[in-house]
Amino acid sequence: MIVKDVVCPFCGCLCDDIEVDVAENRVVAVTNACELGTKKLMGEKRMKNPILRDGDTWKDITYDEAIRYTVDMLTHAERPLLYGWSGTHGEAQCVGVHMAELVRGVIDNTSSVCHGPSILAIQEVGHPGCTLGVVKNRADLVIYWGANPIDAHPRHLSRYTRYADGFFLENAFRDRKVIVMDVRKTETANIADEFVQIKPGGDYAVLSALRAIVRGKEDIVPRTVAGVTREQLIRVVDLCKAAKFGAVYFGLGLTMTRGKYKNVRNAIELVSELNRHTKFTISAMRGHYNVYGSNEVNTWMTGYPFGIDFSRGIAFYNPGETTAVDILARKECDAALIVGSDPAAHFPRSCLKHLADIPVVQLDPYPNATTAFCNVQIPVAVTGIDAEGTAYRMDGVPIRTRKVLSTSYPSDEEVLSRIYREMQEAQAV
Amino acid sequence: MSEILIKNACVIDPLRGINAETMDIAIRDGRVVEEVSGAAEVIDAHGALTLPGGIDSHTHICGTKVNFGRYMSPEDMRAGRTPRRGPMHATSGYSVPTTYGNSYRYSAMGYTTLLEGAMAPLEARHTHEEFTYTPLQDTMANALFDGNWGIMEAIRDGDTKRVAAIIGWTLSAVKGFAVKLTNPGGTEAWQWGKNVSCIRDPVPYFEVTPAEIIRTVVEANELLHLPHSVHLHCNNLGTPGNYTCTLGSLGLIPDLNPKRQTLYATHVQFHAYGGSGWKDFCSKSEPIANFVNMRPQIVIDMGQVMFGRTTTMTADGPMEFNLHRLHHDKWSNHDVELETGSGIIPVVYRRKNLVNSVMWAIGLELALLTKSPWQCLLTTDNPNGAPFVRYPEIIALLMSKKYRDAEFATVHPDTSARAPLPAIERELDWYEIAVMTRAGQAKALGIQDLGKGYLGPGAEADVAVYPIHIDEVDPSTDYRKVIEAFGRTEYTIKRGRVVSRRGECLVDGSNATFWVKPKISDNYDMGKDPDFIEKFDRYYTVRMRNYPVQEEYVNRSRCIETEAEI
Repeated sequence: MIVKDVVCPFCGCLCDDIEVDVAENRVVAVTNACELGTKKLMGEKRMKNPILRDGDTWKDITYDEAIRYTVDMLTHAERPLLYGWSGTHGEAQCVGVHMAELVRGVIDNTSSVCHGPSILAIQEVGHPGCTLGVVKNRADLVIYWGANPIDAHPRHLSRYTRYADGFFLENAFRDRKVIVMDVRKTETANIADEFVQIKPGGDYAVLSALRAIVRGKEDIVPRTVAGVTREQLIRVVDLCKAAKFGAVYFGLGLTMTRGKYKNVRNAIELVSELNRHTKFTISAMRGHYNVYGSNEVNTWMTGYPFGIDFSRGIAFYNPGETTAVDILARKECDAALIVGSDPAAHFPRSCLKHLADIPVVQLDPYPNATTAFCNVQIPVAVTGIDAEGTAYRMDGVPIRTRKVLSTSYPSDEEVLSRIYREMQEAQAV
Repeated sequence: MSEILIKNACVIDPLRGINAETMDIAIRDGRVVEEVSGAAEVIDAHGALTLPGGIDSHTHICGTKVNFGRYMSPEDMRAGRTPRRGPMHATSGYSVPTTYGNSYRYSAMGYTTLLEGAMAPLEARHTHEEFTYTPLQDTMANALFDGNWGIMEAIRDGDTKRVAAIIGWTLSAVKGFAVKLTNPGGTEAWQWGKNVSCIRDPVPYFEVTPAEIIRTVVEANELLHLPHSVHLHCNNLGTPGNYTCTLGSLGLIPDLNPKRQTLYATHVQFHAYGGSGWKDFCSKSEPIANFVNMRPQIVIDMGQVMFGRTTTMTADGPMEFNLHRLHHDKWSNHDVELETGSGIIPVVYRRKNLVNSVMWAIGLELALLTKSPWQCLLTTDNPNGAPFVRYPEIIALLMSKKYRDAEFATVHPDTSARAPLPAIERELDWYEIAVMTRAGQAKALGIQDLGKGYLGPGAEADVAVYPIHIDEVDPSTDYRKVIEAFGRTEYTIKRGRVVSRRGECLVDGSNATFWVKPKISDNYDMGKDPDFIEKFDRYYTVRMRNYPVQEEYVNRSRCIETEAEI
């Protein structure tokens, strides 16, 4: 059976034109998806049931036992951390916020280690953006800055930019220019019309120089800025000003390098400046398929996109203090619930050391690096494969993922709702 | 079976012509009934003012841009934090509170029904998700059609029925309630960084004018027999001299519906400006109100500005960019493919500022100069003019000349030369306030047939009991008591359950979402139209099959089916 218009649950592009061939309740072929999406949709080896650490080994337990363990862990913790959330659907994220509120815990999502700096920049200067289709239909100039979509968001170029024909661009490949700004010549840089190689750590300086040129102050720009010649910078500004519609997409090469949120702030202000000459937008290349959704859910429920601390009863937010890495590094939290992410693969060693010392429960369909640090792992359905749910694309467009297989795995929402209900009952006693 | 008897209520119920009569209200299973059994829970109102639950026909509480208003403003979130308490969740925010914050605060003020003023169809799912977390009010949303490509192409082809067909298909797909036009044509032009200056400018590429969009969409709206009229945010918002553009837009509207208005013009305060620039900026509330007084087919809302900090957010993207250049604070913009856009900036309205002072005066003037309260509804375009928590002050300003004069003495001294407010003696009475905040709102939205906005048998039991005895209070002098009373009900009853008591919420809500589904003939079913499908596939980035909002998202779905004429 072929299921059409399936939504890919891999990256922030959330491509929704995938065809999945299902036979005997297994995915046997995937059409339209990129390599990353295909791999996810084809599936990996799943865990059969929840497992509990038992000395140096694991023992199988039931869902009831796993849920009871989690309820006990969270209700007895003084400062629990509820982390992850980017690899699950919005409905589960909502339950997560209610749980954090109930146990006066800290809830944080993976954006604190990816686009958290972008959010901080937006909180200072705003965000002139648009949906991906606006770019596909209009943009005659696209800039990728510190991003390498060919490897990380493989269909971004074909669905929305380089190869995507649109209403006002009948031949995008010919009519649309692509500029890549990066510290190294990536695969994406190879297909760009203009590649600007910036010395590592030099993004802020280059952005400042571009802003100066846009403002007509090219005389004060030195002959080279972070390895980029003044002539090339002027050429980039000329291309920007000549565009009818320009779009900047930036990745972790801008948010997580020297300057961090100030880089993004500078980029947003460059775009704001360019809007005085032509139309320009800027957007973040979000990683997980629903990392933006966890920002949205947290915001409408607590007021803040990530790093929310309920220990005072109210929602308190101070990134750098209330974010997962900081709480683990300070050895503050005494229990952790990890949902839809793999912190062990990304967090600093000192954080992992603390994670190994405290009780940890992970909800994830697959074993991953964090499994090694957890006391209980609860396998769940994969949203977009054997569970439905809401996901927000990198541009804020919400889509309902489709269920293509029937399995007996409970969804994240089902497991979390049971934990929440039992926590409420435990508190009422 | 749950029963409540509210005894000794001083009821004002304008849709039934009841003005301050002491009576009992019997409630069974969420509806007002003739009588209840002796087992009913009795609430003694002790003669307190009792009104149908408040309705806000234009507010921004849920959806993409509202949430982005929160996202970009941690400083606003810090301004209104409350902890989890009983069934109440923690809340944050002042001008753009969290969904729970909106719901609890509206409920404390006696509001039970809210209309989200602008929802981009492509992102409708988000609005519905937030509605789920706005538990104490029934909700509905206007869908934006101002820059819709399919509609502009149909208008260019002179095909009004196709316009109606596209609106009908889209409203059903996204579970919208009514048609919103925000700066028609201007939001499309803004996707090239441009704007339209008024109703005769052509929209780039599509070569239709805002006047054509407004007129055709108004006609299409009536072909679909939608409960509400077209909800229009005029072109050229916020610029000196824009009142002529507003008059031109209102002048386009024929009288097409005997039951309700044909056009709802929103936040008219922002569209009633005279002068040729900021230096000679002045109020033109008089010509606008005079025009409305002669046109029963038009209802407006105030869009009152109140001094202080707030966040502006609108689908009018170019206007927000212009305002950003004026204020130099942060700016967000979000264009939506094939449909519309939006912008957000924080602002502070200051008494010391002449323009802000005149704006404040204009809103009040519109309400006082419009003869019929059914034609001018009380809003701030929350949070654009001010957060909705300022409504009690606005009510008091409308009821008290003394309060207005006291406030006027604190604004910019040149305001008196620019605005007629000091010369207006009118003081609105309780009945008129009840019209402007519930009965008139229900009538304008076309939801009185669904049991909204009145307290007679068959009505939804949405009731607000305010701690004030109107025979003991003279609002023209005791305006502080008016503010206090409208700020916090004694009881707010939503669909027959006491949801809020003296500002404390008592239960989780059981909110419903109202949406429309026009029945359209197969010939005009856009879901089967090859051209529509092809355009959709080629230019949207979401597949047509993944576009409609599934039933799962609609809380206690209340679908209003209409018989379309196409």
